Amino acid sequence: MTRWMILTAASALALAACTNAKGGPRSASDGARPGTEAASAEKAPGRDRGYSHDPFPSTYRAYPGVPTLVRGATIYDGEGGRIERGEVLLRDGKVAAVGQKVEAPADAVVVDGTGKWVTPGIIDIHSHLGDYPTPSVQAHSDGNEATDPVTADVWAEHSVWPQDPGFSRALANGGVTALQILPGSANLFGGRSVVLKNVYARTMQGMKFPGAPYGLKMACGENPKRVYGGRNRKPATRMGNVAVDRATWAEAQRYKRDWDAYEDKGGKAPNRNIAMDTLRGVLAGEIRVQNHCYRADEMAIVMDMAKEFGYKVTAFHHAVEAYKIADLLRANDTCAAVWADWYGFKMESYDGIGENLALLQNGGACAMIHSDDENGIQRLNQEVAKALASGRRAGINISDAQAWTWLSLNPARALGIADRTGSLKVGKMADAVLWNGDPFSVYTRPEKVWVDGALLYDALDPRRRPISDFELGQPGQGDVK
Amino acid sequence: MRALLLCAAAILTVPAAAQQASVPNAPAPAPTPLPSAAPGTSGTVALVGGTVALGDGSQPIPNGTVVLRGGRVVAAGANVAVPAGAAVVDARGKWVAAGIVAGPNDLGLLDADGVQESNDVDARTSPFSAGIDVAASVNPLSIAISNERLGGVTRAIVTPGAGASIFAGQGAVIDLGDDPDPVTRPRAFQYVELGEAGGRLAGGSRPAALALLRDALAQARDFARNPAAFDGRGRDALVKRSDAAALADVAEGRVPLMVHVERASDIRAVLALPREYPRLRLILVGATEGWMVAREIAAARVPVIAAALADLPASFEQVGATESNVGRLAAAGVGVGISTIGANDAPGEHVLTQYAGNLVAISRVPGATGLNWGQAFAAITSRPADAVGMGAEIGSLAPGRRADAVLWSGDPLELSSHPEAIWIDGRPQPTASRQTRLRDRYRRATEGALPKAYEY
Repeated sequence: MTRWMILTAASALALAACTNAKGGPRSASDGARPGTEAASAEKAPGRDRGYSHDPFPSTYRAYPGVPTLVRGATIYDGEGGRIERGEVLLRDGKVAAVGQKVEAPADAVVVDGTGKWVTPGIIDIHSHLGDYPTPSVQAHSDGNEATDPVTADVWAEHSVWPQDPGFSRALANGGVTALQILPGSANLFGGRSVVLKNVYARTMQGMKFPGAPYGLKMACGENPKRVYGGRNRKPATRMGNVAVDRATWAEAQRYKRDWDAYEDKGGKAPNRNIAMDTLRGVLAGEIRVQNHCYRADEMAIVMDMAKEFGYKVTAFHHAVEAYKIADLLRANDTCAAVWADWYGFKMESYDGIGENLALLQNGGACAMIHSDDENGIQRLNQEVAKALASGRRAGINISDAQAWTWLSLNPARALGIADRTGSLKVGKMADAVLWNGDPFSVYTRPEKVWVDGALLYDALDPRRRPISDFELGQPGQGDVK
Repeated sequence: MRALLLCAAAILTVPAAAQQASVPNAPAPAPTPLPSAAPGTSGTVALVGGTVALGDGSQPIPNGTVVLRGGRVVAAGANVAVPAGAAVVDARGKWVAAGIVAGPNDLGLLDADGVQESNDVDARTSPFSAGIDVAASVNPLSIAISNERLGGVTRAIVTPGAGASIFAGQGAVIDLGDDPDPVTRPRAFQYVELGEAGGRLAGGSRPAALALLRDALAQARDFARNPAAFDGRGRDALVKRSDAAALADVAEGRVPLMVHVERASDIRAVLALPREYPRLRLILVGATEGWMVAREIAAARVPVIAAALADLPASFEQVGATESNVGRLAAAGVGVGISTIGANDAPGEHVLTQYAGNLVAISRVPGATGLNWGQAFAAITSRPADAVGMGAEIGSLAPGRRADAVLWSGDPLELSSHPEAIWIDGRPQPTASRQTRLRDRYRRATEGALPKAYEY
């Protein structure tokens, strides 16, 4: 188990930034006309209209909710604010009001939140649910296209099995309302990620977060060089990693030039290259780089490589040594998505310490928690609690309410969805959790979870607990998991 | 490459005592002042006024006292007198708890899981199996030992992994003390993989694994009956002499057999083994579907060290996984401890307190079965010790037990708490580790007057 994780866990080095990259995702409707690229068009299609940027569009629709008023709860608004004995109104799928006292319609369902907490739903920026689903049999090993160090052409969403039982645990035990599914880290260019709403659907597209930008999973360090060096292929060293990265980016620049010219000025359409589409998207600021990387010195190199080729690393994932370069990360506006306390499971994680998150925050860098684990995703609030405690022990005092930014708002920013979710601001999606106590206590569990205002988990109602197809009719179906 | 290896080895061999030496340019120490942990002139330490968690399954005792002397617990609880001459530690507002007993795990057998060169967990190409004995290979200076000690772990049940056979070999019970002798009990148990993993190791199926098990135990009997007549040295011998000797101990009940199985039907198959081998002393490990056969396990009086929070159908032998497994086993009367088995162990063994806390948490979730606090704390102290037959020696603060005690800043299961002082065999332990050194070096990320390499 552990060894398997080393490979899959290692994969996420995100290039996402804490601020929105320029350019949003293209929807099918404003995207390409089918067949455009095949035709020897003479008329310029217009920038970004040469081919579809969204051929597998989201079909997610929010489930209906009822106006819901939670009263008397401690509220973390997700942006550092804390309200004691406050009120939250969820209505029409949105956060309608948050405050000490709020106006609620007469027909609102009232939930007594006395002694309980309301927070934004947790967002996990690094998950392999669906592409490494349970049961973890070989037939389900769909996360690493470990056949070439450059597989920017693969899309994680084409591996996602929407029946993964893990989604239900992340919801019911973890309070996770959105998550990014990444390819693994065997490859330097692992492929595209996808952001999902944590709502079961018959299809992957039915879970897809509408309008969320794509990510590109990249990896530095031990995994790619081990996987390919072990086959006597390039890269076999860290310098080989960077060499293949740079050659690939140089090619991507050419591809982008050719396609930009064609789309702007017309002429003969360049040949399509599915991998290069993704890299062009990165260079255009449309796709965010989510970069698996452990060591501080390697992260520094990757950030300069990004400058060389004109892209940006949005987030380093795992980033076990990020605490050594909090200043560099801050200067580059690059986030670090980390575990609370993982260390020592491979050479490049040897220097892991529990104060990573706190030291990053203290150094002014953008930081967040992540799971990379189907069990860890069920306890991200607890992981933050541990990180917070380690920081306080080291004399770094960060408030509980501030620490919640590691769980929702910072991941939302790095995913480019912070304008829609990630905090309890009026008008945002009603993605929220009612906890049965202090969510930074080990003794606390989610009591209710809403996604877009729909109540999708309720500890007090056995009918509000999802059971995936796989678990239907199996021992323990409907059990409290 | 050679130079790198040398460097790494040098770091590992610096004695812990030297690491603690203070230097003039050292950064400020951690803000938490540590109580004096040194024994008094009589060699007695009394921790006074704290909430005492004995680890025996009882509930925490407010305003209690714990007395340690001669490496053993003298007394613990309410109304315990402080002996004259004892070094008194003020534990008011804090907790004094039995040290955590973690395992089965690989503490001391590796430096970093993925670094094969130093990884002694399993031996895929060895001709030996049951005869493998980890005791002499436990490295007390592995960084995980000191890091996990600072998480409150004082003893570990260390097991080899199964590499070439269903029999992994003989595990040891160790202490995590800052001293050169880590082994509390060598050859404390034999570890065997049955279920899916066992089937793969045995050539491809569960029946093959059971056939291998029966054949090996039969050969062990042959060996026990007449060692001189036993071959076991031939190239083709299925059971080597050292393996046969180790398994004879198992068959005769001198050494318990720790069996890793997850599926309910596999657990039943294991529980049936004593009908053929009446002296077998079984320990079940994993047992994710144990709740489905909880009454049978209880009736067989077989202890369990369970996967703590496994709640996913991670394999087809864990389809019935639920976090309520441990609670339901305990409710059925099974002596059940918890471990990191089946979970990603990258966080280290100190997560056991968190796992135990979660089992308390689910007791408030309708439909779930959790543990009360005393049961949950016992699941990471006395229950694992009992499982390996060492409950009279370690795992609680009962009088006469080894003096493994931890002074916690608060409730040991709570995420905000941390150990402030640790005693193992009555000896106070260092409060620094390689991790605290890294933390202190990088409190400020940027360099000072000299490179970071000069800050220590």
